[in-house]
Amino acid sequence: MSVTDLHTEKSYLTDGFTLRSWLLTTDHKRIALLYLGSITLFFFVGGLAAALIRYNLIVPEGMIGSAETYNKLFTMHGVVMVWFFLIPAIPVTLGNFLVPLMLGARDLAFPRLNLASWYLFVLAGIVALYSVVAGGVDTGWTFYTPLTSAYSKGHVVATVVAIFIAGFSSIATGLNFIITIHQLRAPGMTWYKMPVFLWSLYATSVILVLATPVLAMTLLLLAFERIFHIGVFDPAIGGDPLLFQHLFWFYSHPAVYVMILPGFGVISEIVPAFSSKTLFGYKFVVWASISIAVISFLVWGHHMFVAGTSLYSALVFSILSFMVAVPSAIKVFNWIGTMHNGFIRFDAPMLYAIGFIGLFTMGGLTGLFVAALAADVHLTQTYFVVAHFHYVMVGGMVSAFFAGLHFWWPKITGRLYPEMWGRAGAVIMFLGFNLTFFPQFLLGYLGMPRRYHSYPPEFQVLNVLSSAGATVLAVGYLLPLAYLTWSLLYGKRASANPWNATGLEWKTQSPPLTENFISTPVVTDPPYHYPRPEVAQHHD
Amino acid sequence: MNLWLPQATTDAAEVDYLIIALVLVSCAILALVFGLILLYMIKYRAGSGVDRGAPPEKTWRLEIAWTVATLLIFFGLFVWGADLYVRLFQPPPDALHIYVVGKQWMWKVEHQGGQHEINSLHLPIGRPIQLVMTSEDVIHDFSVPAFRIKHDVLPGRYEALWFQVEKPGTYHLFCTQLCGTGHASMTGDIVAMPAPEYELWLAQNGAGEPMVAEGRILFMRYGCSGCHGGNGAGGSQSVGAVRAPALAGLYGSPVTLVDGTIVTADERYIRDCVLMPEKRRVAGYPPLMPSFTGQINEENLLRIIAYIKSLTPEMQP
Amino acid sequence: MTEASLTHDFQYSNARHQAESAISGMWLFLASEVLFFGPLFLAWIYSRHWNQSGFDEGARQTDLMLGTVNTVILLTSSLAYSAGVAFIEAGNRRRLIQCCVIAWLLGAAFLVVKFGIEWRHDFSKGLFPGPEFAIVGPLRDGAQLFFVFYFLGTALHGLHMFVGLILVGWIIVRAREFSPGYYTPVSVVGLYWSFVDMVWIILYPLIYLVGRGP
Repeated sequence: MSVTDLHTEKSYLTDGFTLRSWLLTTDHKRIALLYLGSITLFFFVGGLAAALIRYNLIVPEGMIGSAETYNKLFTMHGVVMVWFFLIPAIPVTLGNFLVPLMLGARDLAFPRLNLASWYLFVLAGIVALYSVVAGGVDTGWTFYTPLTSAYSKGHVVATVVAIFIAGFSSIATGLNFIITIHQLRAPGMTWYKMPVFLWSLYATSVILVLATPVLAMTLLLLAFERIFHIGVFDPAIGGDPLLFQHLFWFYSHPAVYVMILPGFGVISEIVPAFSSKTLFGYKFVVWASISIAVISFLVWGHHMFVAGTSLYSALVFSILSFMVAVPSAIKVFNWIGTMHNGFIRFDAPMLYAIGFIGLFTMGGLTGLFVAALAADVHLTQTYFVVAHFHYVMVGGMVSAFFAGLHFWWPKITGRLYPEMWGRAGAVIMFLGFNLTFFPQFLLGYLGMPRRYHSYPPEFQVLNVLSSAGATVLAVGYLLPLAYLTWSLLYGKRASANPWNATGLEWKTQSPPLTENFISTPVVTDPPYHYPRPEVAQHHD
Repeated sequence: MNLWLPQATTDAAEVDYLIIALVLVSCAILALVFGLILLYMIKYRAGSGVDRGAPPEKTWRLEIAWTVATLLIFFGLFVWGADLYVRLFQPPPDALHIYVVGKQWMWKVEHQGGQHEINSLHLPIGRPIQLVMTSEDVIHDFSVPAFRIKHDVLPGRYEALWFQVEKPGTYHLFCTQLCGTGHASMTGDIVAMPAPEYELWLAQNGAGEPMVAEGRILFMRYGCSGCHGGNGAGGSQSVGAVRAPALAGLYGSPVTLVDGTIVTADERYIRDCVLMPEKRRVAGYPPLMPSFTGQINEENLLRIIAYIKSLTPEMQP
Repeated sequence: MTEASLTHDFQYSNARHQAESAISGMWLFLASEVLFFGPLFLAWIYSRHWNQSGFDEGARQTDLMLGTVNTVILLTSSLAYSAGVAFIEAGNRRRLIQCCVIAWLLGAAFLVVKFGIEWRHDFSKGLFPGPEFAIVGPLRDGAQLFFVFYFLGTALHGLHMFVGLILVGWIIVRAREFSPGYYTPVSVVGLYWSFVDMVWIILYPLIYLVGRGP
């Protein structure tokens, strides 16, 4: 039964208007919106910190007088962005909303666990905000010992407790997705008929479930050491500060793939849709995602090439770090292969997706610089690394998040956003981003260290360029906030499938009913089954 | 706007070549990616009447091809980077040792002749220099961009960094591991000069007692000679005296520990023995050595170690 | 109750489908718990490698008898619970309740022995890490580090046991609902209870046996 042209007023949004119906909901779609509100808030909190950081760096002596304040700012920026935005964003908003829809299911496997995960997230956020208000922490989001365990006067314990709680939220989400994908696929949906977005969330969830607990234990050990003033990381009593680094990075490296894999999934949905063409090399893209998840657990030592680890360990981690880049490269080639012979449209989601491919490729290539041992010795701990990870996380993941938000906005809200503003936002973001972060590659090569409140005067010009770019980038973020909000009230109503995309989520109304589908769909087509339109055989 | 970083050492240029190669490879791949995307955006835009043809049936040949190509390029870059990196672990035996202690928020440097510096390091060009570094508190990082090197400096252990400067000049020294509020002010100057000028500088700069002589005094003062003998000759054989290993000839030689492992007696080992003797007990000796944790500061420890090193003749710096 | 009449949540196709999902979910959760305790054990073993004599000195201060008694108590508790699962599978609700009560009482006994007796004893002997730590001399640092792991490991295990007691208690309270056709919560809690056992099986030798040689 086709509902593509059906337009009904009834949807999951109209299914209860009380606060209670939202705060006690078990509907995955409503929970996705609860999360969307929360992570948007955290994005702007972290963004404010970033704005102040770039403001400080306009002059060599630092616009903000206090180095301690500056250290707290970049720590807060890191903690909030990593744990309260980058790691959750796509899985808890787009993932929560779409996983059951894409599978043809009515909800996730454990809806109440889903709600609990949101409450844990909110609780974690409250504890984190308390720690900021109480004075903040100045150790960097990486919490290296013995600075954190014995020397810092900041609110280390409060902050790590917040992250600890947020970790449980992540584990719950990952667990829910894994069981859902195994158990709740619609009849006919075999593994190889699933859209790549689901495969990438599956890979992400495996990392979430297995890596996050390691962070939990590491933070617990750190808190124990800080509270009782003795412990496993203190060299004065036989402990080892490098042990902290190994444990921390064992989680934190896979964590960055938690951030990017869902982004890969989003792009893998958008490029075929706006090329009206099947995804090139579907199985390769699928297995590239799985390999990334597996290899991501084996490269953590590349954060420690100058930390005092052995030569042997450095060699092993370097070669593995080169290896982990290969599956990502495969995906980029496959997306381009999808565009080849396609019928490309340039709506906002596609512009963001194309921007993603460009920026992520740049970020990924600069990862090779730091994987190469001798180059890393020079470039690590400088702005080069800062630029590298911002290219992949912001240029990559945030672009993908905006791409997905625009792509599925009609499905989620039942409204169309204003297309010209959408395209403008994508272009402004791309330009502002490059202006902000490209100069930082040069700064890093020239030797400007990261986490510096003040710097030698010869670095000023590049810093000013970067800060100027940040203002453009800020516009690129504020614009969607404005017009997406506007569209909620005044946007044109969306049909079930405004993009003519494939996927079960487009076969139900926009926005969907609470139970998603009127009757359980049966899947017969392969994924990305875009029919080849008849093209008149004329030549240019 | 400064876009140029001096290549002050023999190896700095080599690192730059690697980085240039990485830039070229990246540009090539980016040109391919951006080029194709742009091309397709134009050629295959919806509404262009271009003949799209049938979608390819077998894509795996292409997949294998670009995967293998990527792997080969990456492997080449790995080998190049590893080869240069290995050199950092191979300091020449005749390197001039200079001692560095990092603390919140300054670098303390001591030369063999007892000359002290804070936040600066004077050195001669044209000969290998090895820095023996530790921290008094948190992890710092000794970084000299002009040399293309850096290394973390850890409390509780020694790390080494070696280089040979060719171009005289003054170069930035940065701390590049967040170490607290004063992290950004923990900077200094590396002043490299021709050997004769360096000797002059040494003579003029408050040569204190040479480290070895200072170390000998400390060796007596802390009672080390009581068990290890006046010149580190080893514990006395007489009844009732403590049996302690001999220290003459120790530095650089292999030592068998109680658990059977064999380690080389380097600066780290000697330091561990002084501060945490139980961790490094030599096979065949009783657990009687007390720990000196909290009693000897980092600089004095380095002097004692310098003295013990001097008891091994070939190791005279 | 026939299988057809068993209720299930609307996203599942039948009750068995939901039961499968619940059990898989618990297994996956336990996998994450392995990765939680794992780093603790790894850090323990790594620290012991660098402080062997100190760790052994610390280990000698532990109470082997109490530890062994507790191991017997915990293993018996697990056995009792598993018997309970077998009983409800066969339809004997009364025996399920009895087994769960025994499992619960033994679990509570474990906590009493561990925290009421053994920890109190450890504190009175001055074994809690800190400035008042009782062991002095060259082995102090290693022994203190041993006790850091001892207290943290037993505290975390104890916390998990406490949660387990709540879960077993919940099963007892709900026992009326269970039948051979539906006893998924019993199995799920059983998996958790067995896991808490497994953690102890690793803790026991690390605390009481390793380094206790002559």
